[in-house]
Amino acid sequence: MGRQIYEAIADGILGGGVYALMAVGLTLIFGVLDIINIAQGILVVLGAYLSYTLSVHLHIDLFVGLLITVPAMFVIGVAIQWLFIRPLRGRDRASMSLLAAYAVALIIEGVLYRVFGPNYVVLTASYVTSSVHLFGFYLPDIYLYGFALAVACVAALYLLLYRTRFGRSVRATMQDQTAARLIGIDVNRVAAVTFGIGVAVTAVGGMMFGATSGGFNPNSGYDLISRLLAIIILGGLGSIGGALAAAVFMTTAEALVDIWSPDWAVVVFYVALVLVLVIRPSGLFGRAPARAQ
Amino acid sequence: MTALLRAEGVTKAFGGVQALQDCTVEVEQGTIAGLIGPNGSGKTTLFNIMTGYERVDAGDVYLGHRKITNQRPQRVFALGIGRTFQLTRIFPRLTVLENMLIATQHRSGRARNPLARAGGRAERQRALGMLEFTGIAGHAGALADTLSYGQRKLLELSYVLVADPAIVLLDEPAGGVNPSLIQHLAGRIRELNAAGTTFLIVEHNMDFVMGLCGHVTVLDYGTVVAAGPPGIIRSDPKVLDAYLGVAEEDDDAGAR
Amino acid sequence: MTTRPGNGAIQRGGGTLAALAVVAVLAVFPLAVTNATVTTIAVDTLVFAAAAVAWNIFSGYSGYISLGHAVFFGTGAYTVGIAARAWHLDGDTVFALLPLAGGVAAALSVPLGLIALRVRRHTFVVITIAFFFIAQLAATNLSWTGGSSGILAPSPNWDATTFNDPFYYVGLALLVAATAASWLIRGSRFGLQLRAIRDDEDRAAGLGVRPMPVKLAAFVISAIVTGMAGGLWFYFIGQAIPQFAFDPLFDLSVVVMAFFGGLGTLSGPLLGALIIEPAQQWLTLHYTNEYLSEILLGALFLAVILGLPRGVIPTAAEKIAALRARRRSVPAREAVPQAGRAGQAAP
Repeated sequence: MGRQIYEAIADGILGGGVYALMAVGLTLIFGVLDIINIAQGILVVLGAYLSYTLSVHLHIDLFVGLLITVPAMFVIGVAIQWLFIRPLRGRDRASMSLLAAYAVALIIEGVLYRVFGPNYVVLTASYVTSSVHLFGFYLPDIYLYGFALAVACVAALYLLLYRTRFGRSVRATMQDQTAARLIGIDVNRVAAVTFGIGVAVTAVGGMMFGATSGGFNPNSGYDLISRLLAIIILGGLGSIGGALAAAVFMTTAEALVDIWSPDWAVVVFYVALVLVLVIRPSGLFGRAPARAQ
Repeated sequence: MTALLRAEGVTKAFGGVQALQDCTVEVEQGTIAGLIGPNGSGKTTLFNIMTGYERVDAGDVYLGHRKITNQRPQRVFALGIGRTFQLTRIFPRLTVLENMLIATQHRSGRARNPLARAGGRAERQRALGMLEFTGIAGHAGALADTLSYGQRKLLELSYVLVADPAIVLLDEPAGGVNPSLIQHLAGRIRELNAAGTTFLIVEHNMDFVMGLCGHVTVLDYGTVVAAGPPGIIRSDPKVLDAYLGVAEEDDDAGAR
Repeated sequence: MTTRPGNGAIQRGGGTLAALAVVAVLAVFPLAVTNATVTTIAVDTLVFAAAAVAWNIFSGYSGYISLGHAVFFGTGAYTVGIAARAWHLDGDTVFALLPLAGGVAAALSVPLGLIALRVRRHTFVVITIAFFFIAQLAATNLSWTGGSSGILAPSPNWDATTFNDPFYYVGLALLVAATAASWLIRGSRFGLQLRAIRDDEDRAAGLGVRPMPVKLAAFVISAIVTGMAGGLWFYFIGQAIPQFAFDPLFDLSVVVMAFFGGLGTLSGPLLGALIIEPAQQWLTLHYTNEYLSEILLGALFLAVILGLPRGVIPTAAEKIAALRARRRSVPAREAVPQAGRAGQAAP
């Protein structure tokens, strides 16, 4: 039993790294644009399908394929923001943007159904099923590579945010859009690029998800978005560190509960979400108490 | 004579910024009082504290003999203190008349039945009457967001007044408003004051304040530096100091 | 309300007359049109219209967008199903379970509302989505809900040729009740407070409006009607399965209908439902690929919020008012720099 627990924790942390990446994208978008990109779930699935197409039809390795899918998802993200979100004006902007993202998500889901059908598919590669024997445990190779990649991506994001001029613009916009405009930051561009980045990480998340989920189809988007939402609310909307912590915490908790009862494991996310909302709506590291506005 | 509204020894800090320090301001019943001071001197903070939008770190607020420190805004409003905001707040998607009815709804006897028609006849008459008084009755049926900036200020003033407050706190009523409207406003304030309403006005427009107010308090860096009739205030060197600063002030920076 | 008091009375009288006329037409509709396909679409439309009006009572008037009303719809469906099976009901008596469906939905909405209504508007949307997922999950995993195969409705025992009629009339009654409630609320003190909360919750609170009880009341009322609509729908289609009783497309459909017609207006959701639902059903019939309706619905919604953000009815009302103003010669009024246009209040 003890062994199972250690395994679950290891799986949880490793898996959490990938969820963290997707969640960080989501919370970044919220922090800069003040909207919740509810389409993130289906975009992960889209990323998975893109990797699938490259792998199955063009025989491109999953990781190598990322060189194509990441920029592709970035462009898609920018397009979504530019076409459907930027034009929204008015006092209900935040809610409308969320609804627009919802609509986009359903469109993408419909298109995926039409193109790929409802059957479950998986991403396969030699390293998906092989594992490494470490400290007496079997750690699947894919998880290790994926975790390493996730860490690399988060590190890259961090460098981007804290060491580049663009990153400074992003952080400034996060703090105060009007002030940012006043000092010459092109807020529209920052918004579009940030959205693009937030979506681009779903390419990585999508590939990992596709390889480790044991089968996915267009319907998988719902499960994903509900987890991601739970993660960012627990971590606190807009807090990148919070998203990281919450992601690892949630996946580990789920893995632990899974030992005892697989059916109820996924409930962990929701229970945590409701508890957070009742006790501390702003999440662990969120902004000041979310007062009804 | 007990002042109608009194803030006594009010202290408030936001993080490292001391917004108000041992601040005491009094408003006598039946007067039009002014509150002036350079930007950042704590005027709006004082208003917020008086009307319950901020809590004090120390000190008290009194309405007559009654202590109202830290009471919530709706309670303060119900006790008879009305207040307008620097950034005019109206309900844009309600009609002008409906905006008025929000202010009266808590006082109307029909509060028992929420499904009753919004605003009884008497209530509506009062509301329309007030709109006539301020001059925007012609727009009663229009959506509030079709009003111009000046008209919105009048609407905000109207719905604060229609609740029949004992004292009204006006936060920069003349800000961004054209001169003829400023005169109109000043005239209305005088009329209401003659009928018994007390006013406390924060303003940067010196002509407006000096011409209207019988008593002026000057704040600087969160403390009162001068208080008295406008004639005295106008020539008080401390007041000029506060607004303009003095060349040697750089050396005395630590003294403040 | 118009700016000229005399007209107001005439307008109100005219409005009531028009409403009665519409109800009369709808009442005789199934007697005139007996094509089963058409009446099936009609029943479906009535159910969704009631749901859209109910949704609007909460989300339209308060400005808090709920994407979780499917929870109440599905709860209503399952309530009728479980109760009918437990008490061995069939035939007309099943309709008597609708108030129960509403009641259960209401009971559920209280704790949900208390949790969800404490936060900012867009966290609220996310919470309603979370509730939706939880509900769907519960329905799939709990044994007394029949798990993933769901619950079957009892078989109605009336004449096959007019099979749809009882459902139609119950649906019509529900829609009329929902619309009446919406109209009552809109003109009432409660409705005024609700709409003030929508515009500026903090300022409204400062003026003595109590946001939580007001929002919660609207939420509960909205849940009751939605639950009843769900119960009716369950009996009509004969079963409740988790992914259809709790269908994410339900919420998007209702949202699109309300936005299309005009969020927060009285007749907007009605108009939206009357146009969009039959269109959607027709599409499903003629293009068996159901994913198409998902795509089109999403696209329609984007078109609405980008192109016609306030919806058909307010935009039309504004255009009509502008036309009228141009026809009359408007004398130069008080010299206010940008004269505010006296627009019509939304109906």
